[in-house]
Amino acid sequence: MSKVKKKVKTIKINVDKCNGCRACEVICASFHAAPKYSSNNPARARIRLIRDPIKDIFVPVYAGEYVAAECAGRDKYVIDGKEYSECDFCRASCPSRDVFREPDSGLPLKCDMCEDDPSLKEPMCVQWCLADALTYEEREEEVEEDAKLSDMELGLKALVDKYGWQKLADGVARLTEKG
Amino acid sequence: MRYAETGYNLEIDLSRGNIERIETDPGLAQRFLGGLGTNAKILWDRVPPEVEPYSTDNLLIFGAGLLTGTPAPGANRTIVSSFSPQTKLMAYSMMGGFFAPELKHAGYDKVIISGRSPELVYLWINNDKVELRDARHLRGKGTLETADLIRQELKEPNAQVAAIGLAGENRVYFASIEQGRSSASRLGIGGVMGDKRLKAIAVRGTKDVNIAHPAEFMEYCNEVLKYIKFREKNPLGMVPPILAGLGSPQEMRLHDEEWHTTNFAWGNARRRRKDFWTDEVEKNWTETSEGVRQRFLSCYNCPLSCGASVAYPGVPKYMMKCYSKLTYTMAAMSDLDFGFRINSRAQEYGVDGFTTPQTIAFALELYEAGILTDQEMSGMPSDSEERFFWLLERIVRREGIGDVLANGTYWAAQEIGRGAEEYAHNNIKKHEQLPLKLGMLNPIYFLMYSTGEKINITQIEGQFPQAPFAKREEREEFVKDWIQVPEEKFKQYFLEWEPRGDNSIPYYPSVEATCEIVDWMEKMHYLDDSTGMCAGLSSFPLKPAYHIHNLASIISAATGLDLDEAGLAQAAKRNRTLLRAINVRRGLRRADERPPEDHWKHRFPELETTLLDEYYKFKGWNDQGIPTRECLNDLGLDYVGEDLEQRGILSNEQSKKEG
Repeated sequence: MSKVKKKVKTIKINVDKCNGCRACEVICASFHAAPKYSSNNPARARIRLIRDPIKDIFVPVYAGEYVAAECAGRDKYVIDGKEYSECDFCRASCPSRDVFREPDSGLPLKCDMCEDDPSLKEPMCVQWCLADALTYEEREEEVEEDAKLSDMELGLKALVDKYGWQKLADGVARLTEKG
Repeated sequence: MRYAETGYNLEIDLSRGNIERIETDPGLAQRFLGGLGTNAKILWDRVPPEVEPYSTDNLLIFGAGLLTGTPAPGANRTIVSSFSPQTKLMAYSMMGGFFAPELKHAGYDKVIISGRSPELVYLWINNDKVELRDARHLRGKGTLETADLIRQELKEPNAQVAAIGLAGENRVYFASIEQGRSSASRLGIGGVMGDKRLKAIAVRGTKDVNIAHPAEFMEYCNEVLKYIKFREKNPLGMVPPILAGLGSPQEMRLHDEEWHTTNFAWGNARRRRKDFWTDEVEKNWTETSEGVRQRFLSCYNCPLSCGASVAYPGVPKYMMKCYSKLTYTMAAMSDLDFGFRINSRAQEYGVDGFTTPQTIAFALELYEAGILTDQEMSGMPSDSEERFFWLLERIVRREGIGDVLANGTYWAAQEIGRGAEEYAHNNIKKHEQLPLKLGMLNPIYFLMYSTGEKINITQIEGQFPQAPFAKREEREEFVKDWIQVPEEKFKQYFLEWEPRGDNSIPYYPSVEATCEIVDWMEKMHYLDDSTGMCAGLSSFPLKPAYHIHNLASIISAATGLDLDEAGLAQAAKRNRTLLRAINVRRGLRRADERPPEDHWKHRFPELETTLLDEYYKFKGWNDQGIPTRECLNDLGLDYVGEDLEQRGILSNEQSKKEG
């Protein structure tokens, strides 16, 4: 595959500035509702705030790739005297926790940086973070050209991983019969 | 489909352990909005006036505001309503935090608690799955500790928990319900929760809250955020720092406490210390604050960080709310260190940050005066700060003198006798007030103090400056972008308000203008308390983000209701009048409607009589402060009028005459 230049959208997360309000979750869920803004539900957000005010743990995490299995390690980090789980920084939609999965279907969620037409100047979570814990940055990188899985394919892949080909095929067949 | 609201309430009968999910009447939102309004409707319909606050027939309602759970910034309030053990009148206390949005996402607008559990329990609401669980192992646990233990045993780190501590379990008349960095503190609703043997409610929800007109609604939300950003960068210059911004007073951010420490009275609301604030105090207090503040904290979906987590060496970490860092400090005539230290304990026990320090200061005054003796105070340490801790422990356990003090200053004074009544001097309707003792009667504040159904000044004031500005130019500058006024004439009232001379208090603003100003301020609070909007963005600060001109559009876009400004004002009036009717039915009359006798040094009995007469008329109430039949009918509250007539509270004849 050939190399191509790609604009990488990045969010700089300053956890020191986070005040724990979860506006990022609210606006993410609302923006991605269909029709847009027609409902709010932070459980559908593609950003989640790992929040423990007494331990002073505030980590906004973005939904990344879906993975079928949880990691073996789940190690712990101590930073400035605060103990974090490795998962507190992990973007994966994985079976070990209920974040980054649609609450109804269990299908994985993934941050798309609010891709929209016309494109936004910044993702909505950044726009709504008045504490400036989230800032938007762009950089250019050379990457391998790669076919991108569509949302539907991602969902299907997750279903295959969860139930296996046979069950999925049976399910599709049944639904087709019902029309 | 229902918009903004879920359309369902949870009914929990603790006596029988019965749990039901009840669909609500879709017509109620148009008339009562939600939150406080619909809470009040339920209390009117279902709790007759003879029901004692501590009884199985009393209800305890956790209501989410109409806009709570929508993306409207700051709409996160839980409105807890019941009847107060202290005042015997309707109690409503609100909390921010994260509870009500979670409740909405679980699929409910309210949790309505009735009866009394045989054993201590907690309620676990997990979307459609709702259960009562044994809480005997949580007996005596602190509020934050309880929340932690419940999240652990449910394996649900995202559950939001509202809990009572020892004070609530022991039915202290000023026990609070604590939830994260927020609490519903006033009027003893934590005591009602304890009386019902309900230790906590935990909730987790993952459902949608729907918006009727999404694009339009989001435009309003973005405008509000833009304005908040603007105000963050441009604080009002003409008032003390504590009043210059949005949010509830930024107590953990600002270190200039001259305004509180020199205007508010210390001890048992006794002494103003006009010279207290010095450079040295400012330096020390800044160091103390900066040293213990861990992080600024916000409530759900609000950019203002009015609270902070506090890590004071040697005491459990906690989250500071608004002004409570000073209430203990000032009541004990101590310093900020002490305030931070005792707040940790007080919040774990779950007590009101206003009434508690005042009750303790009251007890210590009685001791100094020889009314409480060494016999009653046996074992009390000699150090003033240690005495505060000692009395706090006794109050929350109802041990010895603590059992008497746990009923607040009014009831304690009645029980102690021997002249103790004189020392319970800072109450309205039996409820402890902010420790303010001022010189000249202010007509606006006179009416707010006298008639506010919340019995708490911070829950009624806000839109109109507390005092005139010295110079006309400053006033002109202030009114330039004062878009929040309902009508232009309010600008004129303020422009002509002078610190001295003919146009100064107590005779200016005029009686008529005073009625209008008070009504405006009150209206905004009733709207917030029904929509679940935080007063800190709306009814409490000067020039807020939400106001009478944008709220109707925002509510309509979220709910799909057809509400214009007039309709919204009418809904606010309906709610306000219904609350009055509830309290009137429980015996509230004109004689109860007065500020503490020593609130102002200079009083004007004739003017005060006129103010009350005219304000009652303005509100559509008779000379006893009882809503007239005509007023009630206009608001579609005919059934309320009928009930008041049947009880002989409104006479038929009088109603006819006025009708």
